[in-house]
Amino acid sequence: MKQMDLDFLDLNSFLTNEERVLRDTVQGFVTQKVLPTIEEHYQNGTFPAHLIREMGELGFLGANLKGYGCADVSPLAYGLLSQELEAGDAGIRSFVSVQSSLAMYAIHTFGNEEQRQQWLPPMAKGEKIGCFGLTEPDFGSNPSGMRTRAEKTGRGYVLHGAKMWITNGSIADVAVVWAKLDGVIRGFLVEKGTPGFKTQEMKQKHSFRASNTSELLFDRCEIPKENLLSKTDGLLSPLSCLNQGRFGVAWGALGAATVCYNVAKDYALSRKQFNDRPIASHQLVQEKLAEMLTEITKAQLLSLRVTQLKTEGKAQHVHISMMKMNNTQMALHVARTARFILGGSGIMSEYPVMRHMCNLETTVTYEGTNDIQKLILGKEITGIQAFY
Amino acid sequence: MNIVVCMKQVPDTETKIRLKEGNGGIQTDGVKWIINPYCEFAVEEALRIRERNGGQGTVTLVCMGPDRAVESIRTALAMGVDKAIHLNDPLFEGSDNFGVAKILARAIQTIPHDIILCGKQAVDDDASQVPQILAEQLNIPHVMVVEKMEVDVANKKVTTSRRIEGGAKEVLEVPLPAVFGADKGMNEPRYASLPGIMKAKSKEVKKVTAADLGLKPEEIGVAAAKVKIQAYSLPPERQAGKKIEGGDPAQVAHELAKWLREEARVI
Ligand SMILES: Cc1cc2nc3c(=O)[nH]c(=O)nc-3n(C[C@H](O)[C@H](O)[C@H](O)COP(=O)(O)OP(=O)(O)OC[C@H]3O[C@@H](n4cnc5c(N)ncnc54)[C@H](O)[C@@H]3O)c2cc1C
Repeated sequence: MKQMDLDFLDLNSFLTNEERVLRDTVQGFVTQKVLPTIEEHYQNGTFPAHLIREMGELGFLGANLKGYGCADVSPLAYGLLSQELEAGDAGIRSFVSVQSSLAMYAIHTFGNEEQRQQWLPPMAKGEKIGCFGLTEPDFGSNPSGMRTRAEKTGRGYVLHGAKMWITNGSIADVAVVWAKLDGVIRGFLVEKGTPGFKTQEMKQKHSFRASNTSELLFDRCEIPKENLLSKTDGLLSPLSCLNQGRFGVAWGALGAATVCYNVAKDYALSRKQFNDRPIASHQLVQEKLAEMLTEITKAQLLSLRVTQLKTEGKAQHVHISMMKMNNTQMALHVARTARFILGGSGIMSEYPVMRHMCNLETTVTYEGTNDIQKLILGKEITGIQAFY
Repeated sequence: MNIVVCMKQVPDTETKIRLKEGNGGIQTDGVKWIINPYCEFAVEEALRIRERNGGQGTVTLVCMGPDRAVESIRTALAMGVDKAIHLNDPLFEGSDNFGVAKILARAIQTIPHDIILCGKQAVDDDASQVPQILAEQLNIPHVMVVEKMEVDVANKKVTTSRRIEGGAKEVLEVPLPAVFGADKGMNEPRYASLPGIMKAKSKEVKKVTAADLGLKPEEIGVAAAKVKIQAYSLPPERQAGKKIEGGDPAQVAHELAKWLREEARVI
């Protein structure tokens, strides 16, 4: 557990008792259930699906939501959950983020009572898995251009199109699919096994290897009219989900960075080069450790403050964009530096560092690349949108 | 069935122990505090006994400790314990095992109790005395190092099994009320689930002082301690390992045997 802790400014004193207990629970779960097998899953490119039920029983799924068997924890508790899970692996954290902040949040926010009753309780228990299909082969940063469309029929809707890079895609029981209906982006629930709906797992990844990433294909896929998320209305609907998602991604990055820093520090103290002295005794190494510690601590402060604002209902999307951009970029930098400090050992699976480093290449990319987050901030600063 | 669990908060086993100046004991700042692992088995067993009994009964936690112990108490409540008594009074500080057992006994006398579960020892001082003294104070039987418990609710008795000398198993039957000291292997403690943690927020933690128990200052704490701690010292630093090099296994074995006999003097 020691490797998951880093608290230079005694920020733990801001945690409530519940938040501390929750953090212990997640750290214990990660230490006992995730870490022993995660390298093997990562090497084999498999997602440890056996953990899903247990995470459901522990209330990790949809923990940010109210009712329907969800734990309804504070935003800070949800952040800590993400942080500690990613200290294990970003793939596990991402499973929980997608299930909770994207799929369940969409159903909770945009679904009607029947849809919520049908899906949320089993999803909270981990009996049903959800995914969130926004990105398409030709539309990533620019989702408004999406080609997937829905047509109204007598009985419901017919979907045509394809989604790509979808976390949990081929293991999901229900896909929240964003498609244009009469030119307006709307959300639809597509159940596994619906005729005309196919999934294909994307293999050969160098990042997020312990996570399921899939393509979703809709070829005249007919769904009943009850499957429209009726309160969705335009691009802002999926973006509001991403706002939740980014919050968890940002907290998760802190977990990965913390582990990388602690591993690098321990390694630097025990590895000896030149005159039997630890490499930590060299100024160039100390400079790196000092910078890593400072950067992680700054990111913790930013996260804590944005989380306080979120708790007060005052966090704006630009705050969360800043946090997501800063934390994932910081974590990637810390992971690369840690990898460097470990020398040749840094590329081996004996240490978690390169796994985290490769994972972070995804976290700086998905749910809006960091450059896109900067453009969001740029628009806020200047009032001029520079996306196109 | 009224189940009482006595729980102690101890430093995390991963904590690097440092001593205070003089003879002041261990330095507590920077220490991460956890539920004593053996007490965690006791908490888990209490919850399982209640579950096996169709959810009937109450599990009450009794914990003596300063303010910081609340965190561990909340963890136990989040695991599913119903309510807690927090024995928290500066007068309790410095109590020896006898004193601790006396305070616990007083508190337990005020509540209904059929089964009293403790950890068989606390991993901080490893004394393994409190449960037995507690049982004596309450004038009831005790079984220590318990690996398995079967509760016969109707007949108010418990069959326990424990490992004894030579790896043999001893099966005992005890009438209730009685004290049980939980051993490793009894169960695998659950994690506090997130809904459990949220539910624990509204559970009662009753703070109880010496005065509430009718204990006078001279009866408890350092004043009444029968055992006085003379000194604290850390174990000696570990010496660097010795590497016996050489390609020939017979030669290496010979050197090792020589070293074990002449320098380590273990054979
Ligand atoms: C492992 C993984 C899991 C994912 N899971 C999901 C999921 O569950 N659901 C989902 O919907 N999506 C998911 N995604 C998709 C992810 O959100 C997209 O990859 C991301 O939005 C970027 O889109 P793109 O890959 O098409 O890149 P592009 O949009 O093609 O961007 C390529 C590059 O161009 C830059 N760029 C683009 N536009 C601009 C601009 N206007 N100005 C400056 N630079 C620009 C980008 O910053 C980037 O560097 C996942 C991706 C990965 C890798």
